[in-house]
Amino acid sequence: MPDLAAAGGKYALFVWGAYGASLAAFVWMVVDTLVRARAAKRAVERLEGGAATEPGA
Amino acid sequence: MITVLANPHRFMAFSRWAAPILGGLAAVLIAWGLVLGLSAPPDYQQGETVRIMFVHVPAAWTAMMAYASLGVASFFSLVFRHAVADAAAKAAAPLGAAFTAAALVTGSLWGKPMWGTWWAWGDSRLVSVLVLFLLFVGYMALRASIEDEAKAARAAEILALVGLINLPVIKFSVDWWNTLHQGESIFRAGGPTIAAVYLAPLFLMGAGYSAAFGALWLVRIRAEIYRRRAAGLALRAAL
Repeated sequence: MPDLAAAGGKYALFVWGAYGASLAAFVWMVVDTLVRARAAKRAVERLEGGAATEPGA
Repeated sequence: MITVLANPHRFMAFSRWAAPILGGLAAVLIAWGLVLGLSAPPDYQQGETVRIMFVHVPAAWTAMMAYASLGVASFFSLVFRHAVADAAAKAAAPLGAAFTAAALVTGSLWGKPMWGTWWAWGDSRLVSVLVLFLLFVGYMALRASIEDEAKAARAAEILALVGLINLPVIKFSVDWWNTLHQGESIFRAGGPTIAAVYLAPLFLMGAGYSAAFGALWLVRIRAEIYRRRAAGLALRAAL
């Protein structure tokens, strides 16, 4: 693999900007999804007074 | 498959193991695609900016897949009143919006050095993808603006179904109109016109993005099902 800093050449700002934007989108999606999932499960646990049983079980 | 997963119990059992498997698969495929994409030679015309294609095109593909998922889930929710289908539709929208935003931003970052402009309002491919983004945002805004969750879901699902017409418009926009955006070069009659050295990372990234969408979608549906259970329990406790 070539030197990562050199990849992009004179357009490095555009190339790495695109990869940065993609990374930002992924980070937001993963963090937001996990935070929501954890909060929802904890809400059920709190209301059930212990470990959450999976809905439908 | 859809009928089987319409049962919340079966869906929760399925998604408990499917989500981490898809997540792991996404990490491997994207890592592999990045290695191939960053080590591919510069294109004779695009130069180094060809590397933007490896994040732009998969984001656009996944955004369309997310909208198709939203549309199918909305159809099943509207027609068959499946609660899991409604949760699936609701969960797909923010992910679709994020993938569409990524496609628009990365496309713009490719357009500036190659076309000499960040954006072209007269380009049907660009505008139809912007409409896709607005459909995702509109779907979420509509759901959030109506207090009655059932009514909000119905209204948003109708919007989602109407918006499905935009998918073939995006796909064929480069054939139907003269656009700045290049014509179809991958899924076309006669085979792809892209060199294999670029196709491999493109498909790996496409598969990785799709798997990532699948994993995150399953987790978000699970979260929505838990949220509804919590709301039900809170209501029961208050009575």
